[in-house]
Amino acid sequence: MSCPERNDLIEAYADGELDLASSLEIERHLADCKDCGAVLKNHQALRSALGGASLCYNAPSRLSSRVRAAVRQQEKVFGVSPFPAWRWFALAAPVVSLVILGWALVTVSRMPSPGDLLNQEIVSAHVRSLMGAHLTDFPSSDQHTVKPAFSGRIDFSPEVKDLASEGFALLGGRLDYLDRRPVAALIYQRRKHLINLFIWPSEDGARESAVETGLRGYNLIRWTRSGMHYSAVSDLNLSELRSFQQALQE
Amino acid sequence: MDPAELKRFERTFLPHMSAAYNLARWLTRSDQDAEDVVQEAYLRAVRFFGGFRGGNSKAWLLAIVRNAGYSWLQRSQAQGPTVPFDAQMHDVEDRNQGPEAELLQSATRQDLQAALENLPVEFREALVLRELEGLSYKEIAEVSGLPIGTVMSRLARARRNLRQVLSDRGAKED
Repeated sequence: MSCPERNDLIEAYADGELDLASSLEIERHLADCKDCGAVLKNHQALRSALGGASLCYNAPSRLSSRVRAAVRQQEKVFGVSPFPAWRWFALAAPVVSLVILGWALVTVSRMPSPGDLLNQEIVSAHVRSLMGAHLTDFPSSDQHTVKPAFSGRIDFSPEVKDLASEGFALLGGRLDYLDRRPVAALIYQRRKHLINLFIWPSEDGARESAVETGLRGYNLIRWTRSGMHYSAVSDLNLSELRSFQQALQE
Repeated sequence: MDPAELKRFERTFLPHMSAAYNLARWLTRSDQDAEDVVQEAYLRAVRFFGGFRGGNSKAWLLAIVRNAGYSWLQRSQAQGPTVPFDAQMHDVEDRNQGPEAELLQSATRQDLQAALENLPVEFREALVLRELEGLSYKEIAEVSGLPIGTVMSRLARARRNLRQVLSDRGAKED
């Protein structure tokens, strides 16, 4: 390698860009060759002149804010992503909440109300009374026998009416348990159909409007009168059950 | 671009603005044009930001500044009479190198600035990246898209040219 060919390498050596082997070779050569030593000196002189002359241009202070504004403007104008993905999640959150709320409302609305639960309890008590041999505790068609039979057994005295003249024969009385308390049950019969009339005191004395409902093939009428709850349940048709209710209230 | 990504872009590249401006200023040789080139470079950079896979952010940005600067040079040359790059890239003849330390020491900042400014743009950018921005040969290769060997020889030729211009100035003054 001739000295002129070596010039580039000498500069690279001075710039610290040569590997170790090449650096050592250049150093050995520089120790012997005055011309190449001059090349190195000139290079170093030029570097220090350029480095010491503070030739760097400083960016004007306004440039940074100008560039930032332009970048933000472009990203808005070009709309690389005017509606970024994370915002869809933010948008979806209320929708998800609404769905959950709606589901909760439907679930709650499907839950049976206290009235529904009582109706089911009444029908179950009626069905149970017909299943075994336990329709009456004190069988009697005489209202004056049935009424006193309740005293001492429950803490109230139910009104007992003989409705034989209206076509509803009294069969007797029974103690039962409804709405978390002992209640009086009167059993009437019309043709082959049995009617359970449950009576218990209204705790808050509230007067509730009559409720008519059909449940598992049974008809049920509930009403409140003179501080007492009445529930008549039977497989009798609804219009005849209504006349039973009216006969009781007369 | 979502705000978090934009913040990451600004955190990564705004710190290199002085280097970007320095290179643009030396390429265009005009304050106003340098600002325009820097802005154009950042606008390009944010568009290409998805392709930036970490690494040397300064070299990545300066490569874009260099391209924006060359685009600007081509536009400005199209508007007026110019000399093609290749014609400017002639080498000074190899002279026997004498001691130049004294000559360089007597050169003022204005002398050096004028000499550097009048070098062909390829030599100018190589020297600015190496001597003013302190980039390694590898980084210069990344910025200018050249092999490292070419960077080395181009830098040597650029220095030879610069020395020549400065010694011609010295000869005139003598």
